[in-house]
Amino acid sequence: MGKVVLKLGADISTDDIYPGRYMATVLPTETPQFCFFDRTEFNTQLKNKQIPQGSVIVADLNFGCGSSREQAVSTIKGHELVIVARSIARIFLQNAINLGLNIIICPEIEAEVGHELEVSKDKVVNKTTGKTFVNEQLPAARQAIIDAGGLIPYTRKLMLEATK
Amino acid sequence: MGMTVVEKILARAAGVPAVKAGDVVEPKVDLAMSHENGALVMNQFKDIYEGTGREARPWDPSKIAIIFDHRVPAEGPKTATNHKKIRDFVGKHGIKKFHDIRGDRGGICHQILPENGYVRPGYVVVGTDSHTTSHGALGAFSFGIGATEMASVWTLGVALNVEVPPTIKVNVTGAFPKFIAPKDLILHLIGKLTAQGANFRVIEFHGETIAKMSTSGRLVICNMSVEAGATSGIVPADAETMRYLRDEAGVTDKIEAVTPDADAVYERVVDIDVSALVPQIACPHTVDNVKPISELEGKKIQQVVIGSCTNGRLDDLQAAYEIIKGKKVAEHTRMLIFPASSRIYAQAMERGYVQEFMKAGAVVMNSGCGPCLGIHQGALGDDEVALATTNRNFKGRMGNPKSEVYLCSPAVAAASAVTGVITDPRKGGN
Repeated sequence: MGKVVLKLGADISTDDIYPGRYMATVLPTETPQFCFFDRTEFNTQLKNKQIPQGSVIVADLNFGCGSSREQAVSTIKGHELVIVARSIARIFLQNAINLGLNIIICPEIEAEVGHELEVSKDKVVNKTTGKTFVNEQLPAARQAIIDAGGLIPYTRKLMLEATK
Repeated sequence: MGMTVVEKILARAAGVPAVKAGDVVEPKVDLAMSHENGALVMNQFKDIYEGTGREARPWDPSKIAIIFDHRVPAEGPKTATNHKKIRDFVGKHGIKKFHDIRGDRGGICHQILPENGYVRPGYVVVGTDSHTTSHGALGAFSFGIGATEMASVWTLGVALNVEVPPTIKVNVTGAFPKFIAPKDLILHLIGKLTAQGANFRVIEFHGETIAKMSTSGRLVICNMSVEAGATSGIVPADAETMRYLRDEAGVTDKIEAVTPDADAVYERVVDIDVSALVPQIACPHTVDNVKPISELEGKKIQQVVIGSCTNGRLDDLQAAYEIIKGKKVAEHTRMLIFPASSRIYAQAMERGYVQEFMKAGAVVMNSGCGPCLGIHQGALGDDEVALATTNRNFKGRMGNPKSEVYLCSPAVAAASAVTGVITDPRKGGN
């Protein structure tokens, strides 16, 4: 169960999630401090550890559009937040899968800040309103990367197999 | 069943006779490009080999390109150290397609790759930059990926789990009126498709207007295809592609064009006639918030930027030069010009553009991404407004969430720099 801590509109860009001016910081261990940096109040709550892991960000269509910067994923992953969006931009989705960010495509999701959501692979149940929303499944080809624990272990396995 | 150009490219690269939209393939990569974020790719690459007892060596250094452009020269010690680490890596592994911060061969990656003949029709190109879509202008399937995915490409030489994207065919007809450019076409198309209209899809450009368009113009429309969410834009290779690669990029070896089948299957077809097109402006804070210039005329601007991987090429600078020569940049307005590469910078000097820009009061900066992504070389103050030929106007994009960025063609940018307000270049007399 996770509480919705932020509700966002459509076309949230990676500049919004992780501003370009902090892109010289690349390591996943260092990027979480700049998460949604220009949303000052939210960023401050994150930095002060006032938002528990597993909390949910709900977004409308095309979440993560724009730049390919992977910091936009590692910065959210660092706080172990869950993204439930009506749709997700291609590169962001791929980066999220590669880094193991918990991301759910839920085309009909309706939830407000403060609502409690029960998020599973197949559906999202809004415990506050009692409504259930069906998720769009990730293609099977990508599931293999998730099952391997991300693209680094997945590639490592393929590399070792290829060079036996 | 016929194949689109991207389906043909992916079938060849995956070593299968045919593919269709939705299939999953693992194509061999012909070119893998990174810029400053190569520092993160290196970190992830090292991680893949961690604990395996194997030495981390890229699969084929001749297929890796690294170009410094996002933060050149370095704006601070962190970037300078990233640059240094990448230089060490490049030297260690013998990566030859490396373009450092130099006045003879440096520039923006999406100009350096084409002008050096690194991209060929039929190639599979990946880049750790969303505007890698640009290289579809040369008939390649070229798309942006993240740093970890690039580390995987460096290891295996293939792009893993690529779903063959459906293709939207865009048919462009008519002649561009004076002062109307490929930038107006692509802004108009993005407005029509919306920022997510082509998500997970390819945009394949066709029609008489595209046949007559220079590679420079094709780079503009493929570059910004990603702003409609597209995996890639692509112009199937033709006579102009061959001319560009032979005459401008100096390619001497064999070039094989890949063209779509006549009965290729498209998800949808969009027709655009440019003969009635007016200057287009993308308004804050999304690129699909596109309006005709008549709705914005007279809006005061504090900064004009001409440059970027979208519009920093010689014909863009020429369009600006023809409007600005003999005039002055308005008193309350700053005009910053970034030639897309050192080669273009030198050509602009030979033609007298740079001198004329300076006389007018513009600042001609070094080749690179400049303020487009909000790091340095032209951040905006609170409540300031910029008019730019760049490709994104997201909130905070030019370094300040309390500012606004409007996007336009080079002609609109130059005419507006003279008046200090958004100005329609067709009206002249400014």
